[in-house]
Amino acid sequence: MTFPWLTFLGLLPLVGGLLLLLPMGKGAARTLGLVFSIATLAVAAGVTVLHVTGADLAVQVPWIRAFGAWWALDVDGMGLAMVLMTAILTPLVLLAEWEPPANRWGAQAFFALVLILEGLSLFVFMANDVLLFYLFFEATLIPTYFLIVGFGGARRGYAAVKFLLFSLAGGLIMLASVVGVYVVGASQGAPSYLLQDLASVRFDGDLGRWLMLGFLIAFIVKAPMVPLHTWLPDAAENSTPGTATLLVGVLDKIGTFGMIKFCLGLFPEASLWITPFMVWFAVVSIIWGALGAIGSRNLMRLVSYTSVSHFGFMVLGIYAFTTTSMTGSIFYMLNHGFSTAAMFLVVGYLAKRTGSYDIEAYGGVQKVAPVAAGVLLVSGLATLSLPGLAPFVSEFMVIAGTWSRYPIVTAVSLLGVVLAAVYILRMYQRTMTGPVTDHTAAHFTGRDLTGLEKAIMVPIIGVLLFLGFVPQPAVQLVEPTAQATLAYVGTTDPAPVVKGAK
Amino acid sequence: MSSILLPALEMAAPTLEWRALAPVLLVFAAACLGILLDAVLPRAYRFLAQMTLVFASVALSFGFLVMNWRAMRQGRLAMGSIMLDGPTYFMWASLLVFGTLAFMIFSERQLNGGASAFAASAASVPGSLEEADASAARREHTEVFPLGLFALGGMMVFLASADLIVMFVALEVFSLPLYLLSGMARRRRLLSQEAALKYFLLGAFSSGFFLFGVAMLYVFSGSFDLHAIHEAVAGNAFSSSNGLLYVGLGFLAIGLLFKVGVVPFHSWTPDVYMGAPTPVTAFMAICTKLAAVGALLRVFYVALDGERWNWQPLFAVLAVITMVVGIIGALTQTDVKRLLAYSSIAHAGFLMTAVVGATQVVPAGQGTSASAIMFYLAAYGFATIGAFGLVTLVRNAAGEDNTIASWAGLARKSPWVAGLMSLFMLSFAGIPLTAGFIGKWAVFTAAWRGGYGWLVVVAVLASLVAVYLYLRLIVVMFAGEPAKGTYVGNASGWTWIPVVIGAVATLWLGIIPDQVMQLATFAGGFLR
Repeated sequence: MTFPWLTFLGLLPLVGGLLLLLPMGKGAARTLGLVFSIATLAVAAGVTVLHVTGADLAVQVPWIRAFGAWWALDVDGMGLAMVLMTAILTPLVLLAEWEPPANRWGAQAFFALVLILEGLSLFVFMANDVLLFYLFFEATLIPTYFLIVGFGGARRGYAAVKFLLFSLAGGLIMLASVVGVYVVGASQGAPSYLLQDLASVRFDGDLGRWLMLGFLIAFIVKAPMVPLHTWLPDAAENSTPGTATLLVGVLDKIGTFGMIKFCLGLFPEASLWITPFMVWFAVVSIIWGALGAIGSRNLMRLVSYTSVSHFGFMVLGIYAFTTTSMTGSIFYMLNHGFSTAAMFLVVGYLAKRTGSYDIEAYGGVQKVAPVAAGVLLVSGLATLSLPGLAPFVSEFMVIAGTWSRYPIVTAVSLLGVVLAAVYILRMYQRTMTGPVTDHTAAHFTGRDLTGLEKAIMVPIIGVLLFLGFVPQPAVQLVEPTAQATLAYVGTTDPAPVVKGAK
Repeated sequence: MSSILLPALEMAAPTLEWRALAPVLLVFAAACLGILLDAVLPRAYRFLAQMTLVFASVALSFGFLVMNWRAMRQGRLAMGSIMLDGPTYFMWASLLVFGTLAFMIFSERQLNGGASAFAASAASVPGSLEEADASAARREHTEVFPLGLFALGGMMVFLASADLIVMFVALEVFSLPLYLLSGMARRRRLLSQEAALKYFLLGAFSSGFFLFGVAMLYVFSGSFDLHAIHEAVAGNAFSSSNGLLYVGLGFLAIGLLFKVGVVPFHSWTPDVYMGAPTPVTAFMAICTKLAAVGALLRVFYVALDGERWNWQPLFAVLAVITMVVGIIGALTQTDVKRLLAYSSIAHAGFLMTAVVGATQVVPAGQGTSASAIMFYLAAYGFATIGAFGLVTLVRNAAGEDNTIASWAGLARKSPWVAGLMSLFMLSFAGIPLTAGFIGKWAVFTAAWRGGYGWLVVVAVLASLVAVYLYLRLIVVMFAGEPAKGTYVGNASGWTWIPVVIGAVATLWLGIIPDQVMQLATFAGGFLR
């Protein structure tokens, strides 16, 4: 038996987080937390190397025999991309939140909760068993809840409960479907939750559609799509930037991740049935999110609304059912993690100086703190998908892939690209340019980004630039997942039609 | 002469399978011995002697249980009146474990400045001089231990009876001590006595219904024996006596559902849970529910199985009402014990979904409805014992302070108490990584397999509202401003050991439930 790398990878931060719950000094706790997160990153890198070299990493041990549930972990390209993203973002978040806000719980609790959240998220992305996935999917809510309640802004209690109730509403509806999957499987002679066992089960007809909807609603709440997105701006506004990064960058990805792995992977027929609806639904999210961002007066809300718009693009790419668009979607999931992280963390830097997330509180910052302004600009340009930065590649792939199947939908969704320029540049203009306000002068003079703050941004912007110019490694990593999913659903790419070709 | 007067009575010596019955007999023997001890020992030694007796007898009983189980001893005992089968074993074991944990909380005296949670003199008028004298003389009722053992023994017989008369006797044997124990609180004695009276009156009514149902079924089938009733129901295609059967079924159900706490027979629960001394509430909350559900399953799965098409829809409706009433009732409560009482009603509703499912025949290695219910009860029990143990810790100058307001900001006073309470609340709410989730998922699966998919959807929506209700307490503890005048009492191991065991088991059953689930799965079939 080979070493269970995936189990080890997920357990490492969990153990670290639990260790941090023990009483110890603040300095020791922070160092220990950082060490654990970096060790996790190292293991994740090792796992990537093993995967690329073709090693079989799958773990499969009986977990609850009476219900055919397995401790089954495996990674495919998409899972690995998410694992890597989580493992890279966590240490950066810990560094960015080295001094959590005053009057809240201490740094030790923050580090412990973030590590626990990291471990649970890693298991979510690696689970190959429906019940195991569900277990960790729901379990991630608990540390997130405490991260908002313990460290958030003025309305943190309200925001945390809203977050939890929305997520649990989706999650519990999914629980009904999870139960149904087992019952249908058992009636067809496969009483198992293992994905490869369930592949032989036919979830046909109305029952299959209802079961699929149970999963889908949970994922729609998670990857917030209009109209079930309202918890996200509130939660982000009342979180610390680090929490918001993990919430939007990592946890919300479970939504789109789940759509590909479970909605399409378990219910191909029902997924095709819902496609026309989902495509338009995605377009509504794209436009609505962009309008919401334009109307936001609070920077954290603005960033979270941009994510609603971006999740719309990812969903559009998934339900367009072409290799290009789905690969683009998965690639987008990766890029979006880094671009939102950049935005949230920079906004956090600004707020650390002025104590406010309101756009009104800023003006003319670039004259006093040029580095902060520059970093915000680069992050913003990544968010609006400027060529040369990674999100451009993925957004382009989604649009190009979708065009071949749904030209009208794609044309409407392009409006979102234009609006993205509006919300980012308008935000930049109002906060960074113009005359230096007294408020800005008082808080920013001589207080540009510190060395640590710059160092945190380097890897994030580095990844965005690298994948912007050399997207090939990431695309090659995730493309097999898209191809396998499409082959399973049974669709083929539309043949290219070129006018005038002979 | 005598043979003429009593022609039909030939006294045969009862045959008892001593070893197989040892778990029950030991508990009863210890209870009787405990009463004698109270009569002969000087006051100073009673508490210690009783405690030793209780824990020794329960441990010995558990030992015999495990031995019998490993030897796969099963079948009818005591001249056909007790059925030893898988569910009996599993539920006896659960009862002994939860009973022991509750008795540990009974033994706590450090928290209250050297006095137990029970009245110094339960017979004295509240506020009278006698009461003050008894308190000053530091008298205490060590009878609570034999009473607890009688209740425990009664519960064990109740869920194992193969005969409705034995079942009725057992019902009374476990109910009467509980009525008495409920009225023995040291603080707020009037409330406690009111609770005891209310419990007694309503309990007596429900016993009446039960007995009437037994009579009807006897007239219908000509027997008290569950197997004979099953045969009679099976051969009853076109009988004119169906009326007797349905009346009997209905009345029997009322008597049993009262003890389970299913709406509309639930109204005693909040008052009794609030009035009774908290250790007794803990004992009742899990052990009574477990025994009552066990008996309900036995009567309806073994004797009245053939009528399932009639009782399943009825129970499904009751399950829905119970979940809704329990949860909505809990939302408006301001007292932690009442909140937990309504939550126990809601949980009775979740349990009923699996009872309705009534899946009894499954391929080998998969769980029946009974195994799902037994696992659920085990999961619920550990969280219940732990939660009530923690309830005793939050105090003000007068004693236990049960208002939710007094729990505000508890996380800053004692992160451990707040953290453990949150764990139990999360388990009640059915959040993954706790036992409550696995239990909930098992009963929902059982319900769906029985063809009640819609009930699962309703139950899932109900659990969503239920989450809010448990969350409320967590929010109060973690986000509220610390309440003035309340503090966390300095308890001894007698409180902390059950709480910690409850917490460890809640996590254990939530993360690696396989062993217990396998036990429940293999124990999931009733014998007729």
